[in-house]
Amino acid sequence: MARNHVTTTVNGEQVEYLCDTTQSLLSVLRDELGLTGTKEGCATGDCGACSVVADGRLVCACLMLGVEAEGQQIETIEGVASSAGLHPLQQKFLEHAALQCGICTPGIIVAAKALLEKNPDPTEEEVRYWLAGNLCRCTGYDKIIRAVLDTAKQIQGVSS
Amino acid sequence: MNNPAEKPEIYQYVGTRSIRPDGVDKVTGRARFGADYFLPNMVHGRVLRSDHAHARIVSINTEKATALAGVVAVVTGADFPDIPRTMIHLGEQQADIRDIAENVMARDKVLYHGHAVAAVAATSLEIAEQALALIEVVYEPLPVVMDLDTAQADDATLLHSDQVTMTMTGPVENAQPSNVAMYMPLPKGDVTQGFEQADVVIENSFQTATVHQGYVEPHATLVDAQVGGKTRIWTSTQGPFLFRTQIAGALAMSVSELQVIPTEIGGGFGGKLSIYLEPVAVILSRACSRPVKMVMSREEVLRASGPASASRIWVKVGAKSDGTLVAAQAKLEFEAGGFKGSPMVPAVMTMFASYNIEHVLLEGYDVVVNKPKASAYRAPGAPQAAFAAESVIDELALKLGMDPIDLRLKNAVDGGDLAVYGPPFEAIGLKQALQAVKAHPWYGQPLAENQGRGVALGFWFNVGMQSSATVRLNEDGAVTVVTGSPDIGGSRASMALFAAEELGVPPDRIEALVGDTESIGYCDTTGGSRTTYATGMAVVEAARDAVQELRRRAALTWELPLEQVAWQQGRAVDLTAANDPLPLAELTANAGQTGGPIAGSAELNAQGVGPGFGVHLCDVEVDQETGATKILRYLAVQDVGKAIHPSYVEGQLQGGAVQGIGLALNEEYLYTDEGVLDNPGFLDYRIPVASDVPMIETHLVEVPHPAHPYGVRGVGETPIVPPMATIANAISHVIGKRVTRLPASPPRLLALIDQ
Repeated sequence: MARNHVTTTVNGEQVEYLCDTTQSLLSVLRDELGLTGTKEGCATGDCGACSVVADGRLVCACLMLGVEAEGQQIETIEGVASSAGLHPLQQKFLEHAALQCGICTPGIIVAAKALLEKNPDPTEEEVRYWLAGNLCRCTGYDKIIRAVLDTAKQIQGVSS
Repeated sequence: MNNPAEKPEIYQYVGTRSIRPDGVDKVTGRARFGADYFLPNMVHGRVLRSDHAHARIVSINTEKATALAGVVAVVTGADFPDIPRTMIHLGEQQADIRDIAENVMARDKVLYHGHAVAAVAATSLEIAEQALALIEVVYEPLPVVMDLDTAQADDATLLHSDQVTMTMTGPVENAQPSNVAMYMPLPKGDVTQGFEQADVVIENSFQTATVHQGYVEPHATLVDAQVGGKTRIWTSTQGPFLFRTQIAGALAMSVSELQVIPTEIGGGFGGKLSIYLEPVAVILSRACSRPVKMVMSREEVLRASGPASASRIWVKVGAKSDGTLVAAQAKLEFEAGGFKGSPMVPAVMTMFASYNIEHVLLEGYDVVVNKPKASAYRAPGAPQAAFAAESVIDELALKLGMDPIDLRLKNAVDGGDLAVYGPPFEAIGLKQALQAVKAHPWYGQPLAENQGRGVALGFWFNVGMQSSATVRLNEDGAVTVVTGSPDIGGSRASMALFAAEELGVPPDRIEALVGDTESIGYCDTTGGSRTTYATGMAVVEAARDAVQELRRRAALTWELPLEQVAWQQGRAVDLTAANDPLPLAELTANAGQTGGPIAGSAELNAQGVGPGFGVHLCDVEVDQETGATKILRYLAVQDVGKAIHPSYVEGQLQGGAVQGIGLALNEEYLYTDEGVLDNPGFLDYRIPVASDVPMIETHLVEVPHPAHPYGVRGVGETPIVPPMATIANAISHVIGKRVTRLPASPPRLLALIDQ
């Protein structure tokens, strides 16, 4: 089976890869591009561990094909921190101890970042419903929700 | 070590909320979990799983699969050594290594739907999948045994023809082949006499479902079995040394032929104490002389890895009219899955461990059924036992017209009391935890219509066992701590804090690493709530060993006797006051001139376990039209001994509570009549999501554990013990009927309401 040649942008960098027609974006990221920060928890779109942003839209990378990324802007956990330092969400997750095992953390940070870019001042309920697609089995969500709300408050404080 | 005089009264770092050493790796995606390892020349392994729940394997034909281009190895049970039945010691418990080997790869029979029957290694996952479809297995189906009654019927189909019912001391009298693998009675006093003294007797029967630990990371391993060299195994495990023992046992190897390298672990909750893929990958890797990577799908995780036992518990308690408990009796039946070894024993032992009751008779039954072999799940057996016990205690409070906390306070164990299973408790904080709940502002607040309040307590033993740690000081004064305990919930943060406190070095100057089986001494598992307790104790001792060496170097520099040099706040201090203090970084910078690198190490077997007690309080609202239950607010109180890193301790309480909410309200394996799991995915096996739950309030009671230098007692498991009972009690108060079967999912609850 001939593989497909795809040109896309991942975390601001243009990349090219070959992938099978049936290969998920998740598999491309992990197995072809070595971006293993995006995790596979279910491969059926139920756990959110593979959350990435494709052309501004939060998606499960396991539910998107590698070929669909052609010409898109893909953002993964590897692009959240910069050479200037951690993203405020990452810093707040550390300060609030909002992770235990850490397997869901990349997906949750990507999802929470997408929320705050859309809604910079969410209520607790809005955060809970936005993150309802990201399973965490360790924390009971409490500290995750607090970290996201605290980040929003901090960003608001900086911008106001 | 255990001298209380050594216990610092005020801590500089212990008890602070420092940033965990592995934090940046975990929030940036750099941390490498089981599936994140790759090796050159690596191939992919997949397992063929039984499509029958109970069948004899007549034949397996692998010819077509082997012939497929890209397939490099195909193996079946015949390629695995035939291991004799031997009980081996696995940390907290004993296990039959033959059962473990047969669970990993079936030999003659499949005992559950999803049981491994063959495996393939191929140059791509797709080819491996195609090859699985080419393997021809002929089965002779057998009647399936899916529940306790079928398994224990007189004419029951036997899963194991050679299995008889054992007790702790040998087979039962006139033992016949049976699906009941074990019977364990726990008698105390004379229960008949006890019930005669009772003014009030409550009796009921309770059931819980088969559930899964639900870790988000599927099992994953990468194995490089070199001919004539070490077999290296990267794997997501709660216990690299425990895995080494099990893999070596299952493959008739010596432990020293294996190097087990623990990856970051994406949740375990007991489920990653069991081996599944590793021996298969070893056999495949040997067969093709290439590294083999194997990762379970979510469906495989649910179909074939450690669920927690379904249970049925009949229980009866008797009390005087003033609330004094005088008798308790129970029959606890636990499903083990396809092989013996449910958590029936700890269920029996924990069931009434929180109470002083003179007359007790508890009888446990370990029953095999055609489901996957039950694995440990956070305080194994205790949540099920607590659901039954705390429900009848709640009913008793209602019948006596007593406050449920007052009733529990009246009967609760305290330091010096004997546990129902024998030994006395040392200092414990159960009563303080009960009082903290009673004093909480919610407790007396009125409830609206369709709202109910529940309270329940929980107990877990916690264990000590073996740990090793090294503490190495770098030239620049930074510190590296290595232990053999996988960090499943932030334990590196605690290890760093212990070393920081002992050395007087800020936690951000301390790296805490998890070693592999070659780079650190033996360590028992991250399980039994033992890591911060026992491995923490090893880190404290190793740090003290390093401090001793630092003092010696300073004494050498100053030409003073050792006893004239003290260690205070990260500096060697001359007690004669003739010299200025020498900071740690100066001593390490000059270590080459004073005798070489400075380090400390400790290897120990931690004794004197400090049990954990928790009390939970929950308000629910039940929609009586739909049967849906909403958790309005939730409080978890626990005696934690000493919270080394309070945030991660709170996190254990919060996480345990929410896992328990899942068990109480949603989670359940649904099987077809043929024994096929009908909900093998996170969509239908629904664990709590963020919008299902409120904030989980915590309150930490700190009654220091006398045997630990910082008063630590394990905290991780206790928090999952009370929730099922807490929520069931709350719901029962709303609907005016006793919830006796969990999960109280909407259809089940609606049926109870309409009954």
